[in-house]
Amino acid sequence: MLIQSAVFYFFAIILVSSAVAMITVRNPVHAALFLVLAFFTSGALWIMLEAEFLGITLVLVYVGAVMVLFLFVVMMLDINIAKMRAGFAKYLPVGLIVGAVMAAEMVIILSKSNFEHAQVKPKPPDYSNTQELGELLFTEYVYPFEIAGVILLVAIIAAITLTMRKRTVSKHQKPHQQIHADKTKRVRLVDIEK
Amino acid sequence: MNSLDIYSIDSLPDMSNNLMDWLVLMPEIFMLLATSTILMIGLFAGRKDELLTYILSLATLLVMIFLLVAANKYNDSILFDGMYVIDGLANFIKILVCITVIAVFVYARPYLLNRNFAKPEFYILGLFATLGMLIMASAQNFITIYLGLELLSLCLYALVAYVRDSNNASEAAIKYFVLGAIASGMLLYGMSIVYGITGTLNLSEISLYLANQNDVNIGLIFALTFIVIGVAFKFGAVPFHMWVPDVYQGAPTAVTLFIATAPKFAAFVMAIRLLSDGLQPLHIDWQQMLIILAVLSLIFGNVIAIAQTHIKRMLAYSTISHIGFVLLGLLSGESFGYASALFYTAVYVLMAAGTFAILLLLKNDSSNLYEDVDKLSDFKGLSQSHPWLAFLMLLLMFSMAGVPLTVGFYAKLYVLQSLVYNDFIWLAVLAVVMSIVGAFYYLRVIKYMYFDEIEDTLTSQNAPIATAVLSINGLLIVGLFIFPNYLLNYCVSVFG
Repeated sequence: MLIQSAVFYFFAIILVSSAVAMITVRNPVHAALFLVLAFFTSGALWIMLEAEFLGITLVLVYVGAVMVLFLFVVMMLDINIAKMRAGFAKYLPVGLIVGAVMAAEMVIILSKSNFEHAQVKPKPPDYSNTQELGELLFTEYVYPFEIAGVILLVAIIAAITLTMRKRTVSKHQKPHQQIHADKTKRVRLVDIEK
Repeated sequence: MNSLDIYSIDSLPDMSNNLMDWLVLMPEIFMLLATSTILMIGLFAGRKDELLTYILSLATLLVMIFLLVAANKYNDSILFDGMYVIDGLANFIKILVCITVIAVFVYARPYLLNRNFAKPEFYILGLFATLGMLIMASAQNFITIYLGLELLSLCLYALVAYVRDSNNASEAAIKYFVLGAIASGMLLYGMSIVYGITGTLNLSEISLYLANQNDVNIGLIFALTFIVIGVAFKFGAVPFHMWVPDVYQGAPTAVTLFIATAPKFAAFVMAIRLLSDGLQPLHIDWQQMLIILAVLSLIFGNVIAIAQTHIKRMLAYSTISHIGFVLLGLLSGESFGYASALFYTAVYVLMAAGTFAILLLLKNDSSNLYEDVDKLSDFKGLSQSHPWLAFLMLLLMFSMAGVPLTVGFYAKLYVLQSLVYNDFIWLAVLAVVMSIVGAFYYLRVIKYMYFDEIEDTLTSQNAPIATAVLSINGLLIVGLFIFPNYLLNYCVSVFG
């Protein structure tokens, strides 16, 4: 139990400090990398909670795919950090006070005794997380699962609606015309006087 | 491979008795399939040809109304392990949403065509948003409520930014998106704490669990606060109203019309599902929160609206004040209060649809495509150039102010009645005082239209169908004053 708590606090400290660093560092690439670290440690925390499948998915999907793409975008965009950070120092004290008050209130209110009802029973060692999730998704949660699919479809439609433009100036090849080209269309014979 | 027997069919739960569930889900399934089909047709018919998409969308919504009326026979069944409920409220809200969206599409099309904004995506996103609202209306579980809400919100964010070249619209969309994401986060946080305490996401099970508790767990009140914030944001109640004026003004008027109408039903049903179906045992606690929201919304909405010079912004603040009235109806926590709030929501949507439709039908001579008829002074002398539109506007403004001979009077009356019945005399007095303050800016529009000289001549678009629907919409304002019981009886019966 002691080792488990020690590991938990190790990951928790890394998670919180990388999240703070992600907001405060000046370089956007560093910020994205700190976000990767935050995702990775929360994945580790999920595995500690015996949610192995979700932990691995978090690392694969968010760290492996989403954040890598995000890094590309951040590197390609020319973001003016100074302009974005204007007012940071001005709002910092207010933000800190509000944050501290909220954190204190949450610590007072959300003590462990509130959550006695929802004690999770430990699962047997041969328990398969993936199978259990799959079964739940396609039986009990099939309706919300389908709705989530529709949301993803809408995300695709919205993204295309907002970004696709017919480019009139783009230069692309027309294979049909290329195949049907012959030398009369390409070569012009010019009589050159000696 | 001993893992094979883990995956054997026998270990899976029996699926056969779920077939009935899918049959009851028919309207939503039809809506999804039809929308996807229209999406493909719109894709291959070419982007310019949006007439086909428009007609098919209207046809889909009309069929939906029939399917929903037919679905009444399954009333009071709970399906999909408590994910989905079909009851009088769900069906009534769904039918109202479909009718509203039909009207929105009809009003929006002349405007979109006139400005070359017409693309199939407008209708597609509108239909998906409608599907989200239908899902919310039938949600009986935190997850389904949240997913329905996200489906609706995502479509709305995209619709606000739909006219890409307008800076105002993009700014409004970003504001809406960021604030909406924070509100969703708040809602989810509240839901997660309720789950942690009660051990279930199902609203009726939560209600049952809470009813059996002797003393109230303070963590639940904490969670409730976050859930109320999420609901208040969706309604646009003060102090979570920051997005409303910017989005109303920044979005193209056709999209403003959409946001101002149908999603109000969704917000109402979300409030009923969360607060009444799920957290009714905490009624005393959320009542206090709703009182604060309602009082602030009434005061700020009405007072700030007076200072506005742009009609879309003025209507945004007027929405906030109307939401205050809806919350006044909800906070009593008993069936007549809910019915009066539903009646108010329905009447408000009727009025907002008509008002924005008039804005859509008028156009000024400005060459800027992104500039809509927006300045209040544009309305000066409208009664001389467009007597019929001005008359409809007069009816709508009187109704919003709550003047007798229009249904807005009854809407306010029923809410006040439920307040007095529940011994909230001071709230009723405050609501009346604030309605009188609000009457100022509604009557100012009428004064501009009927008593001032023409400054800029507005032209109107030649749109016979939209004008006909608008006329019916405007005359319903008077018709429902004469026969309010048709609507009220429905509203009362769904909470019976």
